[in-house]
Amino acid sequence: MAATNSRSRLQYLLHLAQDNLDFRLPEITALLALRGKPFQPGENFREKCPFWCLDGLSEEDVRGIMARSVCAKSAFELWGHGQTHSELRTSLLNYPAERMSPFMQKDSSYRINVYTFNKTLEFADRIKRIDAMVYLPFEGTVSLKSPEHVFCLLEDYGTDPNNIPEHPNYIYFGRWIADGQRELIRSHSVKNRHFIGNTSMDAGLSFIMANHAKVKKDDLVFDPFVGTGSLLVACSQFGAYVCGADIDYNTIHGRGRSSRKNQKWRGPDENIRANLRQYGTEDMYLDVMVSDASKPAWRKAALFDAIITDPPYGIRESTRRTGSHKDITKPPDGIYAESHISVSQAYHLSDIFTDLLNFSAHQLVVGGRLVYWLPVYRPEYCEEMIPLHPCLRLTSNCEQTLSSHTSRRLITMEKIKEPEELDSMAHVADPCFRPYEGHNAFREKYFSGVNKRCGKQDNKSETAESADTL
Amino acid sequence: MKLLTHNMLTSHVKGVTKGYPLLIKATEVKVNEVDFNPQFVSRMIPKLEWSALVQALGQRQDLPGELVADYEKDDEFLKKVHRVLLEVEVVEGCLQCPESGREFPISRGIPNMLLNEDEV
Repeated sequence: MAATNSRSRLQYLLHLAQDNLDFRLPEITALLALRGKPFQPGENFREKCPFWCLDGLSEEDVRGIMARSVCAKSAFELWGHGQTHSELRTSLLNYPAERMSPFMQKDSSYRINVYTFNKTLEFADRIKRIDAMVYLPFEGTVSLKSPEHVFCLLEDYGTDPNNIPEHPNYIYFGRWIADGQRELIRSHSVKNRHFIGNTSMDAGLSFIMANHAKVKKDDLVFDPFVGTGSLLVACSQFGAYVCGADIDYNTIHGRGRSSRKNQKWRGPDENIRANLRQYGTEDMYLDVMVSDASKPAWRKAALFDAIITDPPYGIRESTRRTGSHKDITKPPDGIYAESHISVSQAYHLSDIFTDLLNFSAHQLVVGGRLVYWLPVYRPEYCEEMIPLHPCLRLTSNCEQTLSSHTSRRLITMEKIKEPEELDSMAHVADPCFRPYEGHNAFREKYFSGVNKRCGKQDNKSETAESADTL
Repeated sequence: MKLLTHNMLTSHVKGVTKGYPLLIKATEVKVNEVDFNPQFVSRMIPKLEWSALVQALGQRQDLPGELVADYEKDDEFLKKVHRVLLEVEVVEGCLQCPESGREFPISRGIPNMLLNEDEV
């Protein structure tokens, strides 16, 4: 049996939430990398499964990961596992007694939880499961309310809700170590956030982005398309100092029409700083400014530990930059009033990404990460479409499906060296990258006829979802 | 706008070669208390243009002209830098490009670095 030969070292079991499947492995890998640890899965690792066994970690590492992860629900010190309850029993009885005994002392209290994935057990059945564990030498007293030690029996009934087996596919037993940060998804929900806009990033995804970016305490993080600052809220929660820029004067100053139902105009204190204040991280606020991402005003130096952003794709926010196609007539000397509104012109998606990669290559510290969303027209997608840069290494690329024909991909890149003269351009001239050329190219495809050809019902639910996220 | 941000900004008007540091013309400045974090300040110091920071302070010379040695261990020094970088904020005024004279307005603490169509 597999369990016996891994007895020499501790193994930890992660229980992951079964959503955002693509984002989980890069998240856990990034959080491990923050602690200088590699991702070492146990035998029979399956990425899409809700349970992962990890090798080569200490309890402190596991606590460190769980203090950050929004993909992982709980972590356990794995004491035994198997395909059946009798295999589990053999496995548990093989677990070194000296590793169990500190948590089973007479003067301690404990409880055992039963968790089933893809099946609901009756209360009586759960009790039966617990009673069956008598072969373990528990000496402490049971305390359901405030136990010192919590143990968990986890049964995996597969991932197909239409085909639930009678007996579990796999069973685990372990000592509970820590829960993940799923609570942040609720506590930071945009529903209750002071200042929001049409494209405010979902709280869960914002934290996942901050994790993919390896944001850590005392980092300096910048968002060049900051909008209402959702990503800054997430990064500041993890102890980073944050700043942002946006071309939209009204958004940055928290003016104009409200995005909320039943509210016409934004209130006097609706701005990014107030959002950070709401979550107790105003001290991490540096500055936001009105600025055009195609003409950054930062001094060229490795200033940022992470650049994390959701660029506009032209669906719910227009893509634009300053400049004009008209013959330029110079305004009378010195009149650059605050009220001057620059003429803006189309900002092609391909240029947005070229600019973003070049900017990141210059402004990130070596080892710093760029995390951003790339919209994808699925029938045409190929890996070569991902913009590359000689100074940035692609670390992960995860898809979030938006509709039958569109999705967006969360791209994570790490800066591996300082740019030299020759490295100044992002490699996006590839013919595969053509989908992003031309203003509104993605927008046209997004609203293209593919939608109409799909089943009507199917279509409805998908558009609702995409409206939520884009 | 905090002075840390000012230290990292430059004029990006087309044709300007010496756009750094921007001159601060403040009409309203306030001091906002921020938790002192010696680790962050120590991490930022190597990224700073020290002379630009000293210049930004103008008459109110709180900082030495040269960076002190072993600053990581000098809490008094780090506290001063912390105050200058994170607590002093320009609320109203403008940033001026030292070469072209172009002014970038700051209102309600937020700099507007947008260029006009003839400047890009």
